[in-house]
Amino acid sequence: MESLTEIIVLTLAAGTPLVLAALGELVTEKAGVLNLGVEGMMLVGAVVAFIVAADTHGAWLGVAAGIAAGAALSLVFAVLTLSLMANQVASGLALALFGVGLSAFVGKAYVNAVIAGIPPVALPGVSDIPVIGRLVFGQNPLVYLSLLLFAGVHWFLHRTRAGLALRAVGEAPDSAHAIGLPVVRIRYAAVLFGGACAGLAGAFLAVAYTPMWAEGMSAGRGWIALALVVFATWKPWRVLLGAYLFGGVTLASFQAQAGGIALPSQVLSMLPYIATIVVLALISRDAGVIRRNAPAALGRPFHPDA
Amino acid sequence: MISIRLEARPEPSRLAAYASPVIAAVAMVIVGGALFASLGIDPREALYVFLVKPVASRYGVGELLLKACPLMLCAVGLAAGYRANVWNIGAEGQLTMGAIFGGGLALAFPQSQSAWLLPAMIVAGAAGGMAWAAIPAWLRTRFNANEILVSLMLVYVATQVLSLLVHGPWRDPEGFNFPQSRMFGAAATLPILVPGTRLHAGFLLAPAAVVAGWLFMRKSHAGFEMRVAGLSADAARYAGISVPRTVWTGLLAGGGCAGVAGVLEAAGPIGQLLPSMSPGYGFAAIVVAFVGRLNPVGILGASLLMSLLYLGGESAQIALKLPSAVTGIFQGAFLFLLLAADVFIRYRVRVGRGKPAASSRAGRRVTRPAAGAD
Repeated sequence: MESLTEIIVLTLAAGTPLVLAALGELVTEKAGVLNLGVEGMMLVGAVVAFIVAADTHGAWLGVAAGIAAGAALSLVFAVLTLSLMANQVASGLALALFGVGLSAFVGKAYVNAVIAGIPPVALPGVSDIPVIGRLVFGQNPLVYLSLLLFAGVHWFLHRTRAGLALRAVGEAPDSAHAIGLPVVRIRYAAVLFGGACAGLAGAFLAVAYTPMWAEGMSAGRGWIALALVVFATWKPWRVLLGAYLFGGVTLASFQAQAGGIALPSQVLSMLPYIATIVVLALISRDAGVIRRNAPAALGRPFHPDA
Repeated sequence: MISIRLEARPEPSRLAAYASPVIAAVAMVIVGGALFASLGIDPREALYVFLVKPVASRYGVGELLLKACPLMLCAVGLAAGYRANVWNIGAEGQLTMGAIFGGGLALAFPQSQSAWLLPAMIVAGAAGGMAWAAIPAWLRTRFNANEILVSLMLVYVATQVLSLLVHGPWRDPEGFNFPQSRMFGAAATLPILVPGTRLHAGFLLAPAAVVAGWLFMRKSHAGFEMRVAGLSADAARYAGISVPRTVWTGLLAGGGCAGVAGVLEAAGPIGQLLPSMSPGYGFAAIVVAFVGRLNPVGILGASLLMSLLYLGGESAQIALKLPSAVTGIFQGAFLFLLLAADVFIRYRVRVGRGKPAASSRAGRRVTRPAAGAD
């Protein structure tokens, strides 16, 4: 029973960076913008969070800095695609490449640095209750934050007027523009939100999950987050489900390596990527499902006349 | 109040299309100088170390061409796909697979003296890259799965496959347990082209690929179909062009070229299989393809420029004690600047106040997706 609790706690933690990054990208895509640069924003968020945490000994200050860094990088993408009408696919790829290079550059001096990090919550008495205590009161604070974010995004998109406006901009920007919605401004906000979430996801990796900095430490999680949004057919609760599923696969491959399973470690390391491909193929198989659920204007530039 | 507005041109500007890489290159030198200055390094010295010093010798020019070779090959292949809106971003994985297939052949015949070994390795490398690219092509055409994500995921898988091989069955028994294969035999190593450099005979395949790419895109029917499919998938379907076929062609071209690039690295400068066969050539080639305007001749120039950035990064590491990752920053920043400069191709910038002079009909056009949007 205790080991099952342990597995659930670890799965939630492994899935959390995916939850954070994918929810951010979901909001961006719901506004009709495809930002492929999640991996880059995540890495820059991670390295900035780690550096600030190491230099100030303030892990939470690091998290805030990571969020700001992710948003700042996404602003570059927003200016390119929303103000200068650049191709979103190319700009997103540029962002991913740039983020990988930038994070490796600024993080070089911090590769072997050690920080305290953000430990899981430990409430005296309560967290020690068998099973329930650990599950409900013993997670990492950022895991709770990711669940709050999920609830917030779900509520915003489907229960608020502003969320409706954002979805309208993603479905039919011309109509949204015609009824007076500030299409470009809404898209800017959505891109920045996505960047902030990716930065937070990176900060979680560098300051809470590992905590350490290594070049390319997100190991493709930004790309998996992009796949998750498709897998989730642009629905927040399915993002949550998918993220924990992938968290479980990642965890299983770690555990199997530690437990001395006969398979070579490389085969186990491939599993999350292969799982992503298989799930992506299964979910995309029905083209109608994708077409019905994808924001209709996804990836299309919008230029208001006058 | 002065406002800056973008006004759609009725026709894309050809002049701007050619000027934009130049504008981006000049802007990059300025941005790079500012970056160095902010790090407390004299920008003039830094730019000299970065852009001039690496090619100030015959050996340096050889290195420039040597590193341009995989970039050119990968980018020519990728551009064929990008023209048709087939976004293969997994050239790095296809390159790795090419090295595995071609290198595997070299390791299978260590004693061979045959003159056919090298050509066979190159064919095997191309086949390996194509096989790896066939996975996203099949999943896209059969299951509608996004080729961007699938091809990228396969980069990580290919890296693990190579790691598995050099840690396991292909590990050099006399290699002090290092994860690396035996050195290839003489018949499996590419001869040096210019004495005093590391430039090998395989380099010649890169300009050959540029010519082949140009002929394919400009002179062949299949290339024409690719371009039509890229401009409008609906028009292509209406004209009876098979979209699945353009997906297959685009990915196999990219995979084949990247596979050849991989085997040339293995049989050329490296001479064996290592856990990593490329410092990100497959990703840098994406930048090369865009900077070269998806045009084989443009790619020729862009790959030399990008190769110079690799050399500059190494040179800056030695002379200025900067991490070589500075190369990645320059590559990403260059693509950003290019995409920004591209705005002039389809838009005029109007600085002023009041109502736009042109009718809004021209502006309407741009609400349609630009090439590559979907």
